Amino acid sequence: MNIKILGPGCARCHETEALVRAVAEETGCTADVEKVTDFREMLQLGVMATPAVLVDDRVMCSGRGPTREEVRDWLAGAGQR
Amino acid sequence: MQGSCGCQSAKGRTCPSDTAAPLRELTPVRPQPVNRLRYFGTGLLALIVWTGCYLAIEPLAGLLIRAVPGLSAHASAAAALEFFVYDTAKILLLLVLMVYVIGWLRAGLHVERVRDFLAGRRRVLGYVLGAGFGAITPFCSCSSIPLFLGFTTSGIPVGITLAFLITSPLINEIAVVLLWGLLGWKLTLIYVLAGLGAGIVGGWIMDALRAERWLQEYLKKSIGAGAAQRPAEAAQRKIGLRERHLFAWGETCSIFRRVWRWVIIGVGLGAILHGYVPEAWFAEHLGAGQWWSVPAAVAVGIPLYTNVTGIVPVMEGLLLKGLPVGTTLAFCMSAVAASLPEVLMLRQVMRGRLLALFLVTLLVLFSLLGWLLNAVQGWLL
Repeated sequence: MNIKILGPGCARCHETEALVRAVAEETGCTADVEKVTDFREMLQLGVMATPAVLVDDRVMCSGRGPTREEVRDWLAGAGQR
Repeated sequence: MQGSCGCQSAKGRTCPSDTAAPLRELTPVRPQPVNRLRYFGTGLLALIVWTGCYLAIEPLAGLLIRAVPGLSAHASAAAALEFFVYDTAKILLLLVLMVYVIGWLRAGLHVERVRDFLAGRRRVLGYVLGAGFGAITPFCSCSSIPLFLGFTTSGIPVGITLAFLITSPLINEIAVVLLWGLLGWKLTLIYVLAGLGAGIVGGWIMDALRAERWLQEYLKKSIGAGAAQRPAEAAQRKIGLRERHLFAWGETCSIFRRVWRWVIIGVGLGAILHGYVPEAWFAEHLGAGQWWSVPAAVAVGIPLYTNVTGIVPVMEGLLLKGLPVGTTLAFCMSAVAASLPEVLMLRQVMRGRLLALFLVTLLVLFSLLGWLLNAVQGWLL
């Protein structure tokens, strides 16, 4: 599983990244977490508002930081497929 | 636009994606059945409690002050303290209600939806709508570049995008509550109209200058490339009561956590300035008599990095000290609308020439606004 966190590097993007990493570690999920800061790449991924979280290139949320429960759900859901 | 991030409102949105083909939006919060009766019942109860609190704060503030021993000997200090307690409580209560209600209403409004709506609009209506959406859409300035790219690639004229980006940081529900509470409805109305006007006229000027000529090359090539994209999926997904509530409540909590100290600073500053800084200071140094004081204030304001929540107490202070209303608004709006970090970010999509033009446009617009308001100030307030 591949998780991308999109954001130019502002406070809320860092928060989001820290949260995703923390939850991944907590649940023992072996996803690679990747930070995307390049605007052109964001455009290609189809994201217009940051911070955004993509799991296997699917946009899970954008323009806001996710809650802990949401991140847990995404990680669990992706594991079942 | 502004460059700060933990800044404006909490801007919650889920969004679909649409350039990469097989993307699919997952429901961020699983839909669950909601007991409507219970939800609206609780809501009504909360509203009654809120109204009770709102009505009670004035007498309670009085009681509280009288309960402090020895304070009644200093009548003016007691009055100032009572005013401080009452005003702080009033603004905070208003803020909670406004943010929740507005969060509830706009839970389904995403930038993607706004983009789909703006795409293909005729220009004049487009500027008005762009500025209007800028005012109501939650949006973090860190997103200004992705948003600029997203709008431009779907064929929205640069002017309409800039109308959105100019108005967005200037107007939001927090600004309205703070301005209303601290400075009254007249100034709030002037501020909102000026913010919308700056966006509309600024956008129109940029298009009149054919600003798209000076976009960065890579972007110029992809103008309209995304126009045929399928409409955003999330825009069609119906937002349930539960999601609305969760979103609105989340917004309320996070905004309240960030804003309460600005309210205290704002009200406190008003109380202190009123008593201690000589009224004539600003009038002497930056009086309305000097025509250049307006553009000078704007030139100082543009690189400043602040957000509307922080600037309202400053605005209050300047006005109380007798700075003319036009000069004050011109300074504060230019500080909020643009900042040095923002300009550096915009450099990634605009060539230097366009960026310079954009900044000059803002300078001219806010100066004109300041002169106009200074000229009609006596009639306005």
